[in-house]
Amino acid sequence: MAVIYILLPLAILMTIGGIVGFIWAVRRGQFDDVETPKYRILFRDDD
Amino acid sequence: MPRTENDKAVSPSRRGVMCTHCGLPVPAGLVDPDPAAETQFCCHGCRGAYALIQQLGLKEYYRVRECVPAIDAPIPVSPRRESFEHFDDPTFLDMYATAQTDGMSAITLVVEGMHCAACIWLIERLPRVARGVVESRVDFRRRQVRLVWDASQQSLSSIASVLDELGYTPHPASQRGRQEARRSEDRAMLIRIGVAGACAGNAMLLSVALYAGLFEGMATEFEQLFRWSSMIIGIVALAWPGQLFFRGALSALRARTLNMDVPIALGLLAGGGTGVANTVLARGEIYFDSVTALVFLLLIGRWIQHRQQRSAADAVELLFSLTPGDVRVVRDGTARQVPLEAVECDEEIEVRPGERIPVDACITRGTTTLDLSLLSGESRPITAKAGEQIFAGSVNLSRTFRAHVTATGQETRVARIMQLVEEASQRKPRIVQAADRIARWFVAAVLCVAGACALAWWFIDASRISEVTTSLLIVTCPCALGLATPLAIDAALGQAARRGILIKGGDVIEALSRPARLLLDKTGTLTEGVMRVAWWQGTEEARVFAAAAEAHSMHPTAEALRRAVTAPLPEATMIEEVIGGGVRAVIRGHRVVVGSRVFVIDEGIPIPSTLAQSEHELLLQGMTPTFVCIDGEVAGLAGLGDPIREDAHRAVTELTDRGWRPGIVSGDHPEIVSLVARRLGIAPEASIGGATPEEKLAIVRESAEREPTVIVGDGVNDAAAIAGATVGIAAHAGAEASLAAADVYLSRPGLGALVALTDGARRTVGVIRRNLAISLGYNVIFASLAVCGLITPLLAAVLMPISSLTVITLSYRSRTFGDPSWR
Repeated sequence: MAVIYILLPLAILMTIGGIVGFIWAVRRGQFDDVETPKYRILFRDDD
Repeated sequence: MPRTENDKAVSPSRRGVMCTHCGLPVPAGLVDPDPAAETQFCCHGCRGAYALIQQLGLKEYYRVRECVPAIDAPIPVSPRRESFEHFDDPTFLDMYATAQTDGMSAITLVVEGMHCAACIWLIERLPRVARGVVESRVDFRRRQVRLVWDASQQSLSSIASVLDELGYTPHPASQRGRQEARRSEDRAMLIRIGVAGACAGNAMLLSVALYAGLFEGMATEFEQLFRWSSMIIGIVALAWPGQLFFRGALSALRARTLNMDVPIALGLLAGGGTGVANTVLARGEIYFDSVTALVFLLLIGRWIQHRQQRSAADAVELLFSLTPGDVRVVRDGTARQVPLEAVECDEEIEVRPGERIPVDACITRGTTTLDLSLLSGESRPITAKAGEQIFAGSVNLSRTFRAHVTATGQETRVARIMQLVEEASQRKPRIVQAADRIARWFVAAVLCVAGACALAWWFIDASRISEVTTSLLIVTCPCALGLATPLAIDAALGQAARRGILIKGGDVIEALSRPARLLLDKTGTLTEGVMRVAWWQGTEEARVFAAAAEAHSMHPTAEALRRAVTAPLPEATMIEEVIGGGVRAVIRGHRVVVGSRVFVIDEGIPIPSTLAQSEHELLLQGMTPTFVCIDGEVAGLAGLGDPIREDAHRAVTELTDRGWRPGIVSGDHPEIVSLVARRLGIAPEASIGGATPEEKLAIVRESAEREPTVIVGDGVNDAAAIAGATVGIAAHAGAEASLAAADVYLSRPGLGALVALTDGARRTVGVIRRNLAISLGYNVIFASLAVCGLITPLLAAVLMPISSLTVITLSYRSRTFGDPSWR
């Protein structure tokens, strides 16, 4: 069970990674507009 | 204002003929009779937009539109067809645009007319069709487009013109700084929720392991590891996202009051503190799973509350930015469009018919008629000659004139009224929400019970004092209580918005749930706010000729006469408009004269005595008699007036039945006001006419001191009163000033929305009461169990979300603004 001493900090590190990623995404403005993208997927990608 | 009037003007004639561009029915006179015609258009705007789309090679637009559902009702294209040259002015660019590091410029514009996914598609294809545009990105909810363009290649005004032609008239969005502030506030809130969620999830996982260990047995070293990890997560959750509640509680304590944050902060502190102590001392329960979950759930409650206030504010701001902020200044003999901010005193401006005057000025050249209804509430137009002072906010009805600017911006009369508005909203009587009232008692009660409990357990079993008291504080933490009101209000505001009622804050719902004094503005609120032919006597030919003679006038009389005729109008020649009198014209060889009694007699046309009686009747009813003469003989008499809205009588009666006490406060002539009051069954002593904006505010204030007072109005003249009332309601198509001051905005015409609003408010308060009863009941039951020492932490962890879930489900399932009888 000693493996828990590696796994638990690893899990916490992953959580921190997730939080950092989330904060990065929020600061980049990814969540500023959550309405328009759902319509954008309907367009034919011809660009 | 937005062009919502258009939808009424389009009457479906031949069913099935729909506009190729906007999809609305094509009016009778415009249907292309050729059965092989591939395209049909409801208006010139749509025809132009269709041609432009074909020419730009964007036919795909129509395919996209076929395969996606419309989000809002479509509207016909009605471009402003102006040069937008003020968009290129340095003052304008300085205020709204930003220069990017790569040499490009960026700007956020609000566009009208965006209603479906295909609109998004079309606007985002702008870089392919307009030279110099690098990026175009739509934010559909805010009806905004962010444009990045190369200013050296293309002027902003030409890009704006393309958007306008396509049917998306652009306006500058609110100023940069304000947008930035809002965005960073939204983002900070989102980050807090994210962090709190991650902490709560992980703390839960760890406590599952700990609970499992409780049953199955667990080595002490691992138990310690899990407990210490939980503690770290718990401290992070409290110190970072949880800070919000501590700060709220601190500021409430500093102001010597109690708010919802106080018990929350107390519960969090008690749970967190005990948890830390128990972890360090390796004994008893740690409460980090409950504490982190509490922070997360409460933040979600806050987010919902924040979002509902924001979306109503956004909707109002959208209307705000639709006002043209430009003026035509005469410099070096020619008139140029410049942003309003760039005009200075002593300059000369030119105002064309149909335009709103943006500054206070003194007429130098030309005579015209002005619509002052925005400022004074007066429904009849007045004549203004050279040398007369005119005020910002009036609308030019008949002719182009030039004027000398006497005051701009903050110095104008409108701006002074706006300052009054601001001052009034600061002194506004505050509505204390039931949740706040209950929270105060609740906090006091919890503190007393906790103290008593600690004392009792000191005698019973001193070693369990901290355990029992902590579990009491945690189980009574007002999670459901904190969610009860915001959730019920959120659900109600959403339902109200779908019915065209925008409510800015939850507190007004409570004020509207009980009958109060109801003051109504007359022009535009009780009446339609536009002149109509309410009475007619004469030949059909005279009616058509009158409309044809007035075909090009902006005067309300002319518009009313035109509106009364649906058939195609014959061509009128030699039209002469006499300001303040009437119109002379020649139609199909007949000499036609339309105008007032004095004007007609001046023309040498006798008025038959048979009509004198009808004329007298019209005057008594508050209508303006207008004579129509053909070849020197009176052929028709029209009674023009601002008719009372169809549903006004029903609405006033229903509100009176529910205990509301309606009255009228208007700037219009007292006689007309008492006439309207009598027709609607409102007591004459409750109707006040001839009130200036300042007097209106005084009346409302005086009334609001005695009893809750709700006012409904639409003009700038009502804005101060709207801000000063207990609840201010702005009616359909109102002025921006009244929108900004109002707590509620009714975006659909008619007073039916007012009845729906009060009924909805009553039902919402019912839902709030039910929610509060449930969460208080839950708290009382489990608090008593906790006091008895019967609640184990495991049980508390299971029970905690149940009351919240009940409240959430009940809030979103109840129908509050769903009364179909007023749809």
